Amino acid sequence: MTTDRPTLPPAEPDAAAAAAARFAERFGARAEVGYAVLDSPVGRLVVAGTRRGLARVAYADFHGGVDAVLDELAAALSPRILEDRARMAGIARELDEYFAGRRTAFDVRLDWGLTKGFGQRILQATARIPFGATSTYRGVAAGAGNERAVRAAGNALGANPLPIVVPCHRVLRTGGSLGGYTGGVDRKLRLLALEGVLLDAG
Amino acid sequence: MSLPPFQRFLDDHRDLVWRYLAATVGPTEADDCFQETFVAALKAYERLPEGSNLRAWVLTIAQRKALDHFRARGRRAVPVGEVPETGYDDPPPGEDPVWARVRALPAKQRAALTLRYAGNLTHAEVAVALGCSEEAARRSAHEGLKKLRLELHA
Repeated sequence: MTTDRPTLPPAEPDAAAAAAARFAERFGARAEVGYAVLDSPVGRLVVAGTRRGLARVAYADFHGGVDAVLDELAAALSPRILEDRARMAGIARELDEYFAGRRTAFDVRLDWGLTKGFGQRILQATARIPFGATSTYRGVAAGAGNERAVRAAGNALGANPLPIVVPCHRVLRTGGSLGGYTGGVDRKLRLLALEGVLLDAG
Repeated sequence: MSLPPFQRFLDDHRDLVWRYLAATVGPTEADDCFQETFVAALKAYERLPEGSNLRAWVLTIAQRKALDHFRARGRRAVPVGEVPETGYDDPPPGEDPVWARVRALPAKQRAALTLRYAGNLTHAEVAVALGCSEEAARRSAHEGLKKLRLELHA
């Protein structure tokens, strides 16, 4: 030590990263929102939940990446967000089973906090469509109590914060054509194929 | 600009906080203080005003946790007559030995020096972290440096 002032201690990126990982593992449960990034046959998924239940399933690529999904959750729910694989273990297992063809309904509790009003009722009507069956925009609008609100149904389904688990892929256009999908229509086709749904041409 | 997700705040500041605590309490004790720092930060995070200086804020918390650590160590120690305010331990391998001497400085000088040089805060930010005037922060750092120089050139 020949200079006048202390020089910075050596950076220890590995030690710091390990300490941060220990922190998330030990104290993740204290965060308002816990999340995990999962690999699936339909791409990387960000799943996030609160104490009340699963609040968000997002296709990472379709929603601007993991960081963009976390930014959206910070603004809409709480910035107190930590990676918490333990909290997300239940939905991770159920999704694995679903994609392996061993599960036809999800049992995890849901937090509907990212939905509201009529849109929420549309999505709750959608959640009642069984595995392997389909409905229409008019059908879920009727299920929500207003069969004329077809456009509102389309908007609510397009903004579904819980795709796959709330099966908006099972909602088709009247007449049987595919309609749109949050995550892209390729994924809608893939999920319907997994459930054994045969679509009419067109 | 709203607060970033806490996970990103943690990832962005973990190196700085680790480095600061390794200098302040030593690498072997740094992990406990690191965990306590981010537990406290997580608890208070939502009440933080938008646009806050996150780097200065998290180092302020780390500084308090380091102080708690020194106090607890002081309580555990067995009195043996005349002792320096904190013990002087041999520096762990790989560390600039000056930091072991910094840890043995009086609390105010130690805090001012570590925040300034390990935390890379300005004197104004150090003053906020220590709840003193900028002038007092500057003086503490200056006195600490003077003492270090005397020791090192003795």
